[in-house]
Amino acid sequence: MTDALFLVLSALAVWSGWRVFRVDSMVRASFQLLVSFIAVGLIAVLLAAPYIGIATVFMMAVEMMVMALFMVMFMMNPAGLNPMSMVHQHRFAAITGGTAFAGLVAAVLLSDLPANPVPPEAEAVRDLGRELLGPSMLIFETAGVTLLATMIGAVVLSARSGRYGESDAGSVPPGLTPGGAPAGRRPAQGGGHHDHHWGH
Amino acid sequence: MTITGGIEMTLVSVLIVAAALIGIGLYGALSQQSFVMLMMGLELMLNGAILAIVGFWAFSLGGAPEGQLLAIIVMAVMAVEMAVGFALVVAVYRKRQADMTESLTELRH
Repeated sequence: MTDALFLVLSALAVWSGWRVFRVDSMVRASFQLLVSFIAVGLIAVLLAAPYIGIATVFMMAVEMMVMALFMVMFMMNPAGLNPMSMVHQHRFAAITGGTAFAGLVAAVLLSDLPANPVPPEAEAVRDLGRELLGPSMLIFETAGVTLLATMIGAVVLSARSGRYGESDAGSVPPGLTPGGAPAGRRPAQGGGHHDHHWGH
Repeated sequence: MTITGGIEMTLVSVLIVAAALIGIGLYGALSQQSFVMLMMGLELMLNGAILAIVGFWAFSLGGAPEGQLLAIIVMAVMAVEMAVGFALVVAVYRKRQADMTESLTELRH
C-alpha cells in the first residue's frame, strides 16, 4: 500500500512539476507547483517525517497563493485566455535539464548508498522537537534571525521611497559638492548609449 | 508482480524522483523569460532537494533528528529566496518597468 501511494504521489509530483512550464496561465502554473509540493509533502509523511511533510504543505499553500497574487499583479495573461509561450534558449535548457537528471540518476545508481532506515518505534516528531530546542537551538535561532533580516531587506527593496528619492521617478545620488555631478557613477565615455539623467 | 509493477519506496526510487524534479526545475529556470516563472523553476529544484534530504534521512540516518533539521533549513532558504526575489522583482519593475529577463541585460542603467 505504501509503495502504491509512493508511486502515485511521485508521478503526481513530477507530472505537475512538468505542467508548471506547460500551462497557458501563470496562475495555473503556480497551482501546478503547489500540487507538486503537496505530493512531495505527502511523500515525506510516508517517509516517517510527518512534521516536515505537513509543514511543507502548509508553507507552500501560503507561498503559492502569494505567487499567484504576484502573477496577477505583474504578468500579462494571468488567466490563460490566450496561448502563452515565454521561453528562450529552449533547446539549451532542455538539454541541460535532461543532462542534470541523467547525471544525478547515474550518481544515485552507481553510488553505494547507506542503509540504516528509521526504526519503526522511533518518534520522529518528538526527537525533532528535542533537537530543535536542545543541541541545535543555535541553528534554529539563526534561521529565525535570517528570516528577520530577509523581512527587513524585502521591505527596503520593494519600498517606493528609493535611496535618493522616489524609486519609480529615477532617483539620483547627490553630488559630492553643492550642485556637482552625482556621486558614485559616471556616464560611459565615447558613445555610451545609456539614457543617463545627468552629466551631459 | 505487485500493483506497483515492482517499484518500491526505497532510497534509490526517492532520489530518482528528486532528480526528476531538479532536472525539470533547472529546465524551467533556464528557459523561462518571466522572473516569476524563473523563480518557480528554482522552487521546483528546492522541492527536489527537500525530497532528497528527507529520503536520505529516512533511509540512512537511523532516525537521527539532525537530518530533518537540514530539511527545515532548506525550507527557510526557500522562504528567503521567495521574499528577496519578489522584492527584487518589485524594485526592478519600479525602476525599469521590466518583468522579463531580456530587459535586464545590463546592471547599470
